[in-house]
Formats: sequence, structure tokens, C-alpha cells
Amino acid sequence: MFDLIGFLPRAIVQGVPLLFGSTGETLTEKSGNLNLGIPGIMYVGGISGVIGAFFYEQATVSAGTFRPLLGVLIPLFCSMLGSLLMGLLYCFLTVTLRANQNVSGLALTTFGVGVGNFFGGSLPRIANSSLPSVILTNTGNAFRTTLSGSSSPSAFETLFLSYGFLVYLALAVSLAAAYILRRTRVGLHLRAVGESPNTADAAGINVTRYKYLATCIGSMIAGLGGLYFIMDYSGGIWSNDAFGDRGWLAIALVIFTVWKPDLGVLASFLFGGLYILSVRSSSSMTMATKELYKMIPYLVTIVVLIFTSLRNKRENQPPASLGLAFFREER
Amino acid sequence: MNKKTRVPLFHIAKRSTLPWYHAWAIRGGALILALLVCAGVTAILTGENAFLLYVTMVKGSFGSVRKIWVLLQNIAMLLCVSLAVTPAFRMRCWNLGGEGQVLVGGLASVLVMTFLSPYLPNGLLILVMLLASILAGAVWAGIPAIFKAQWNTNETLFTLMMNYVAMQLVAFYIAYRFPKGTGTMGVVNGDTRAGWLPYLLGQQYLLNILIVALLTGLVYAYLRYSKHGYEIAVVGESERTARYVGINVKRVIIRTMLLSGAICGLAGFLLVSGTDHSLSTTSAGGRGFTAVMVSWLAKFNPIWMIFTSFLLVFLGKGASEIASQFRLNESFGDILTGIILFFIIGSEFFIQYKILLTRSAEKEEKDHV
Amino acid sequence: MDNKTPAVTMRNITKRFGPVLANDKVWLNIYRGEILALLGENGSGKTTLMNMLSGIYFPDEGEIQVDGREVVIRSPKDAFDLGIGMIHQHFKLVDVLTAAENIVLGLPGKLDLKAASEKIRAICAAYGFEVDPAQKIYNMSVSQKQTVEIVKVLYRGADILILDEPTAVLTPQETDKLFAVLRNMRDDGKAIVIITHKMHEVEALSDRVAVLRHGQFIGDMPTKTTNAQEMTNMMVGHPVVLNIDRPEPKDPKPRVEVKGLTVRDIEGTLKLDDVSFTANSGEILGIAGISGSGQKELLEAIAGLQPVEGGSISYIDDDGTREELIGKDPLSIQEMGVSLSFVPEDRLGMGLVGNMDLSDNMMLRSFRRGRSVFTDRKTPHKLAETVVRDLDVSTPSVSTPVRRLSGGNVQKVLVGREIASAPTVLLTAYAVRGLDINSSYTIYDLINRQKAAGVAVIYVGEDLDVLLELADRILVLCGGKVSGIVPGRGAKKRDVGLMMTKLGGGAHE
Repeated sequence: MFDLIGFLPRAIVQGVPLLFGSTGETLTEKSGNLNLGIPGIMYVGGISGVIGAFFYEQATVSAGTFRPLLGVLIPLFCSMLGSLLMGLLYCFLTVTLRANQNVSGLALTTFGVGVGNFFGGSLPRIANSSLPSVILTNTGNAFRTTLSGSSSPSAFETLFLSYGFLVYLALAVSLAAAYILRRTRVGLHLRAVGESPNTADAAGINVTRYKYLATCIGSMIAGLGGLYFIMDYSGGIWSNDAFGDRGWLAIALVIFTVWKPDLGVLASFLFGGLYILSVRSSSSMTMATKELYKMIPYLVTIVVLIFTSLRNKRENQPPASLGLAFFREER
Repeated sequence: MNKKTRVPLFHIAKRSTLPWYHAWAIRGGALILALLVCAGVTAILTGENAFLLYVTMVKGSFGSVRKIWVLLQNIAMLLCVSLAVTPAFRMRCWNLGGEGQVLVGGLASVLVMTFLSPYLPNGLLILVMLLASILAGAVWAGIPAIFKAQWNTNETLFTLMMNYVAMQLVAFYIAYRFPKGTGTMGVVNGDTRAGWLPYLLGQQYLLNILIVALLTGLVYAYLRYSKHGYEIAVVGESERTARYVGINVKRVIIRTMLLSGAICGLAGFLLVSGTDHSLSTTSAGGRGFTAVMVSWLAKFNPIWMIFTSFLLVFLGKGASEIASQFRLNESFGDILTGIILFFIIGSEFFIQYKILLTRSAEKEEKDHV
Repeated sequence: MDNKTPAVTMRNITKRFGPVLANDKVWLNIYRGEILALLGENGSGKTTLMNMLSGIYFPDEGEIQVDGREVVIRSPKDAFDLGIGMIHQHFKLVDVLTAAENIVLGLPGKLDLKAASEKIRAICAAYGFEVDPAQKIYNMSVSQKQTVEIVKVLYRGADILILDEPTAVLTPQETDKLFAVLRNMRDDGKAIVIITHKMHEVEALSDRVAVLRHGQFIGDMPTKTTNAQEMTNMMVGHPVVLNIDRPEPKDPKPRVEVKGLTVRDIEGTLKLDDVSFTANSGEILGIAGISGSGQKELLEAIAGLQPVEGGSISYIDDDGTREELIGKDPLSIQEMGVSLSFVPEDRLGMGLVGNMDLSDNMMLRSFRRGRSVFTDRKTPHKLAETVVRDLDVSTPSVSTPVRRLSGGNVQKVLVGREIASAPTVLLTAYAVRGLDINSSYTIYDLINRQKAAGVAVIYVGEDLDVLLELADRILVLCGGKVSGIVPGRGAKKRDVGLMMTKLGGGAHE
């Protein structure tokens, strides 16, 4: 029989990086910025955390002074700093310099994936460490600390308490994002900026500031997805390209959820479930079938994209100014 | 309300036009600046003399006859994909699906090569491969195009998703054909060489390069002088104008995307038949994305694209040469490429806009008018 | 009046767009408790000047004082903080948001749509507006949108209001209502600026009038001390005789027969309802009506650009053969041998491609000619040179992008191309909108020459005075229906005006 209790948590942990990524990208797109640099930003978010953790572990583990709280906070801070810088770079190019968003985003992805794989592969050598590769078990364990302590957890514990804190943070962030977008003035202004920057501008909203803030905060959130993947999901072990195409899947998720972060919670777990259907070995399934399963999230996204354009419901369309630069004096 | 009165130091205005040599001087300056920054970054990470690095880069690309051929081949392949996406871009249709279109083109070639080689003479086999690839690429681009034309479905996101569907399709084929393998298909027809493009003058890549050179001229002429090219330009500028003069906008969108996909399919064929004789999910090598930058940097002009694709290939190649020389991870190349792209992308701003200092605004104007 | 402190003083304001000098050392005072009409021809820099007050543009030179204190308005927010609110001609509303959301957009504080809706209702009640705070903008009509815009400014408590041609989209009744509101606000001590080029609005509403011409400030005076002729002369710069040639039609024969034409837009709104008329050769048929009464749909339906729900449009050849035009796109109409030319309202968005040069724009109509896959570039180049020479287009060269030409020259290029194909039917929509007087007369002359050549001209216009002097017959549209067709000679402006607002012009009254 299908083991639902066993399956759901696995789907959830697969979904969490996507959830961070799509929440971040949704905020960004709501400001009218189509940030195709998200995959790169997620790599950078991951590797920045790794760099912070690496040096902290270097300094403390052998001396026996490793403290889990700092072990979590330092990578968290580094990760957010790294993705913030990426977000700033994207904004500087597309908002301040009004460069083409597609091109800037793709360049950012090239750069970010490069940074991730470069430092991931050569960090120990650069730091003159004796380690052959990046293995941060202490940090990994710190990130994996769960609420459920018992050795034979009940179904409830497995379903709800068996995760590291970043999983709950992902949920909180996307629900908060949904609330902000829907109910607050900041959210209203942000939606206006993405729909019609000229109108927002005429209403006295600082378009540039909103674009910068939404994109940078969005990048920081997305970067946490990379951090979660390495520290919690992979237990602190970096291997190049392991993160794979999850960044693009996060962008797909934004479309799939028609720019609603709260829908993203369920949708990301669904995507996660589809993903593990292909990854988890099951005797009845050949490698080839698994590859076909991996196609499903993309196909589903395409179907959603088509469906929203067919129904042509105004609320479900991409933000109207998505992908366009804003210049006040342009007529 | 008692804010201190403050005059902004500068404001930004759109330039009317800039002579082309002025624009290229700005881009050249950005490039030099970028190379200096790259040198700095590399020097910090390696501790080597920054300028020796550039020698390494040049050597990496031009160091031997073999290297020059590889360089030319890479330029040709990148240029081919860039030529493919350009007609769509001219129409303001963001075809980000080059990667997938190349892959399905390659897959079509592999299928024909594998299953029809016993039945067809080599010449005919290659022709069938070519046609199959072109058809596959065209279909892959045609699907988003139909939805774009009919229901204005966002083509950027659609083509992006199609890339991954194509990748999984290739992965599926490999896993299906070689269930016990390592996830690669190995060289196809290694013994018979059936379906392999012939070596011209003993050079494996010469035919590829010639084909792409010919294609560059064709695409240039098509966009610039043909009626189709004119229609593409009008649709790109204003769909309403296009309809007003009786251009069938839907047909132009679909036709142009089919062409775009077809050339990507051709690139897939050249990769399989003329280069690798094999296929993997990474065969397209990110060219579908790099091509976007090549095309954009060249302002969608096929002739300039020769230079921009040379630039990007040379940088990538040189950077990975630096990486291996100094025992750095090969991803270092991506970092350098990224930095250089940021500078060039940023430099466009100074071509399109000018910054007016408030106090000297009047003088500036006089200089420009 | 001059003893009062001005609410706003603009001094020496200069603004350039590239090579175009939009405002040249302009001085202007705006007083509280007064309605100022800012008068000028299209392109004289009225809107640009006011945009600098509302923070959309930043002046290149000059200074602005509010209540005697020098201020810097860098953004619309700065303008709001100074109590300046502008209602733009093109509405600044976000389509997917509700009226209330649009109205509170950009304000500080916690978002409380309920409280906002209450306040909106209160404002509406006070002035007699009707706004549903929860209605989405994309479901609204043009005049509803304008109401939202006005409420938005009032909601913010602006005491310096600028309205950019607010009546263009309103019916006369709505206009009267608006004017009443504006007078109330003036009596309330607010400063009001209304941008317009309509003389009767200036006379009916304003206390003072300021005139701009070619970006320069010409002068201002109390409205009572001046008259329409003086203001026109100031606007144009030289005495103007409003006198348009109207030769008798020669041998008019039915050319286009429209029967029962019915058109709905994408949202399903009825735009044309059972419209029937005949356009004759050698005659100018004027189309009058309030903006948005179906003029655009009518012309586009004839040109094959508008899907039609019912009715027929027949093209009648000289030998009497009829061809149905409905269901044909512009290309098939052309292939049928019907030479139909269309000068659309949106010149750079539809008639021409702004980024292409003159030759390439000439090619829009002719690029399909010949069997070659390649385009013929020589003929359009020659045509461009001919048009530049014959119509006296001022341009650096034929390889200049048309967006860099002035409005009048853009229109000459467009009309020049459209009549170059020797049409038998010529459709024009607002052919002189935005043009100065001289260019307007060039266009009237060109249209008259087409008429003399036997072309059936359908001329959609917004200026009734011009329609009454130019057209042989005038078809009046009202809400998508034909309100009546009157002969141009001897028609009374008042009668036509009534027909525009009421089917049949209220003949029963």
C-alpha cells in the first residue's frame, strides 16, 4: 500500500526550496521585474551560507567550541547577504540602468551558478584546508534540529514536527507575503507598481524604491531555498550541480500559482511530490519512466499558463508591466 | 512640509541618437573595464600577475591549430543558435526556448541515425536527419507560437518551460535505450560512421563552419531585404500598424517562430551529425541562453553577432583555460563571463540615455543639438 | 485680483525633449479662488508645463514657488505634499484594482478600505458623483474612470487642481455637471487650472485665461475683458480667418453603402447599433459625435479591421458592381481591387511605425508589390522624397525616424502616403488633431483635392465648426446609433450639438 505518512514529509522537504524560490520570485514579479536570475541567486544563497559555515566550522569544530545557534545564524546571515548582493546587482542593471530584464537575468544565472560551483568545488583549496570537499556535518545537524525528539515518532510528529526550522520559515514567509500583497498598503502599492508603474508614479509611489525592495527581499527569500537545500536537505554536503534545475522549477511554480504565494505552499508540496515520484527508487518503475515523471511539473505549468491565458481573467494574468523598464519621462 | 529645498544633482534624459562608432566606443570601454575587474578578481583568487592571465586566455583559444578549430566550431554553433533566436527577437517575441529546440533537433537526428542507418544510403540518411531535426525544432517552437498568436500566452515563460520538457525527453530516451548504462548514450554508429557529416579537407568542423557562415548571410538578407523580414520588423514595432496594413499578425508570429525553431533544429543536427555524434541533456550547453545575449548585444544584427559570439566563446574558453592553468574549478569561467556581461549590459544605458547635471544642463544641450 | 499672493508662481520655466523646445522661459501665476484656463493650440506646451507642476517632468531651467516659497517638485509625491493634484487626459488608474484601491493608492498609513470607501461615498454624496468603491476599473466606462480620477484628487484634499482637457470624453450634461463642481470648488477657495483649446469652455467657466504658443507664454487676462477672436489670435499668433473652402460635389454617385451595421467590442458592449448610410464619390461625408460614440469602430469596420456582428458594407464600383467588404481583412480588400485609404486617429501607433524612417513607412502600403521575395526599396524612397517636396514636410532627410518629426509633419507623411495610392475611398479620423492652424489648412486642402478628384471622403472630426464648413453632409452619431444625417450647408451648430447628445436632436421638444 502507498505509504502516505512516509510520502508527505518527503514531498514537503522537496517542495521547500521551490517554495522559497517561488515566493521570492512572486514578490519580484509583482514589482514588474521578471528575474530570470533566480536559479543563480539560489545557488549564491546556498554557497554564501556554505562559506560562512565553512569558516565557522574551521574555527570552532576542532577546538570543540562549535555552538549550534551560531552555527545556524552565521550561514543564515551570509546566505541572505549573498542573495541580497545578487538582487542589488539585478536591480542596478534593470531598474537604475534600465537594461533588458531577460538578458540581465540570464547573465545573473550564469554568474550565480558559476559562483556556486566554483566556490563549492574549490573552497577547501582556497582556504588551504585539508578537507577534500565541503562537508559541514555540524552545521547540517544544527539546521536539521527538529521539534520531534522521540525515536519512534507518531504519525502526527512525522507529518508536522519532523522538519528543521527553515521549513516552518518557508511557510511563514509565503503566508506573510500573501497577506502583505492582499491586505496591506505596501502590497497594494507593490501591485500597482507591477501593473502600471506610470500610474503608481503619478500617485506618488516611489517606483524605483519599490522595485529595489521587492526584488532584493525576493532574492533573499529565494536564496534561503538554496541554503535549505544544502544545510538541511543535503545535511551540509555540497556537491556541484546537485541543486539542479530547481531554480527554473521555482519560476514555473510562480506561474502555476498565478502569482499567489499562499497557493504556493500547497503547489510546492505537489511539485515536491511529483519530483520524488521520479527520484525515489521504486522497483516497479524503470529509470526511463522516472525521467518522464520529472517532466510533469513543467508540463503542468505549461497547461496552467495556457489555461490562464485562455480564460483571460484579468486577476490571473502576469503583472501587466512584467519585463519592462520604467522611465518616467518616456511617453 | 518644511523640507529642506534641495535641487537634484542630475537627472536622466533619453539621447536622440549616437553615431555608431561612439556607441561601440562605449561598449569597448565597458569591455576593457570588465577585463580589468576580471583580472583583479582572478588575481585575488590565484595570487598571480593579472596580465599573465590574459596571455593564458589568448593561448587557451589560439594556442594551437587544433584549438583554433575548436574555437571556430564553438563560435559557429553559438552563432547558429543566435541566428535562430534573432528573427523572433526582432518581432519582440522572446524565444528563450533555444536550448530545448536544439535538443529536440539533436534527438531527432539521433533517432534517425540509430534506427534508419541500416536502411538508407549515407547521403540520404544525412538528408533525412537534417529534415527530421529541422522539423522537430520547428514543432518545438511552433507550439508556444500557436498559443502566443491565438491567445497571447506569455512566450517567455512557455518557451522556458519547453526547454525542460525537451531535456527530460532526451533523458528519457537515454534511460530507455540504455537502462543499465551510465546515463549517456555513447557514440552513435562509431563503427560505420553512418550519418556523420563528412570531413572537409580533413577537418571535422569545416563543414559546420561553412554551413553557419552561409546561414549568417541568409538570415541577414532575410531580415533586412525580404518581405518577410519587413513584416517581422513591423509586427515587432507595432501589431496595430501591422494589422492596419493587412499583415496577418498571427501568421507572421507562427511563421517566424517556426523559422526560429527550425534553425535551432539545424543546430541540433550539426551538433549530433557534425560534432559529437552523440547526445546528452547538456549537449546544447546553455547556448539557447547565451544566444539571447549574443543576439541582444549585437542589436539583433546577424553580422555584428559574429563578433559578439566570438567574444562570448573566447571569454568562456579563455576563462576555463585560466581555471585549468591555475587548478581552479572550471566554473570560474562562468563567473568571469558573468562579470563581463554585466559590464556590457550596463554600458547600454550610457548609449541610450545621458545624464544631465542640473547646473550644466543648458551647456550640455547646446553641445548635443 | 493682482494683490493676492499667487498659490503657484512658475518663473522662467524651460523644458526640452531632445531637440524639441516644449516650454521656453514660461511665467505663470495661479491664484486661489480662481479658475484659470490654460489655452493654447495642441503642441503649444500646456500639458508639459502642468506636468512639471505635478512632478511628472522636471524642468530643465526655472523655478517654481508655492505660496511664495521656492519649491522643488521632483516627483508626483512632492506635488501631493504641496497640495497639487492633476487629472491627466490619459487616466492614471490601475485596471485590475478597484476604485477604492486606486483612490487610496500612494497614501501613507494603514490600509483600511472600509474607512476609505466611507469617505469616498461622502465625497460622492457632497458633489453628486456616482462611484462604486468596490468596482474594478476595467469594468468602468470612460466617464466613470474620470469620476474616479476627480474623486481621487479630492480625497487627497488637494487645493490646487489641474485638469487636462477633462471634457473631451464627456457628454454635454456631464460637462455641465463637472463645471458646476469646479465652480463649487473655486468658491471653496481652491485654485483650479483647466487645460483646454475649446474657446466656449474658456468663456463659460474660467475667471482668467493664460495663452501659450509654441512653448512660449503669450499673455494672460481676465476672461471678461477678452473675446474668442482675440484669444484665437493670441493662440495662433496672427489674425485667423476661419474660412474653409467647400466646392460643390461633382457628379456624386453612391460609392460605399452601409446597411444595418452592428458592432460589439471584446467585452460585448454595443459600439455600433444598426448604422446605415451611403457615402458618395466626390463628396465629403462628415461624421460628428462625442468621442467614443462609435466613430473609430465605424471607420475600422469599413477598413476591414473590426469584427462585425451584423449588417453589410458594400463597395460600389463606377460601373455599378457591388462588392461586400464585411469579413475581408485589409489585404483581401486591397486584392479585390478596392483602393481604400485610411488615415487613423493613432498616427504613430497605427498609421506609421515611429522607429522606421520615412521611406520604410512609405513601404508599409507597397511592400507586397512584385513577385520577388525581396522588397523594392527604391520606389518608396522616391515616394518619400515626393511627399516631402509636395507637402512641404520639414525633416532632416527621408531616412529620419518619423517619431522625431513634429505632429504636423507626421500627419503630412501619413496623409501623403495614403493619397499616393490614388484611392477611391478615403477614411480620415481626427485628421487635424494636434496640428497647428497652418498644417490643419494644408490637410483640409489635401482632402478637398481628393474630393475634387472624385474620391468618397469620410471625415471624422471633433471640431463642429470645421465639420460645418468642410463637409457636404454630416452624419451624427450618438451612442453608436445614427442620430441623423444633415446637409453641411446651412446646418446649425446648435442642432448638430443636440443630435450628438440625443437621438434625433430632441425634435419632439
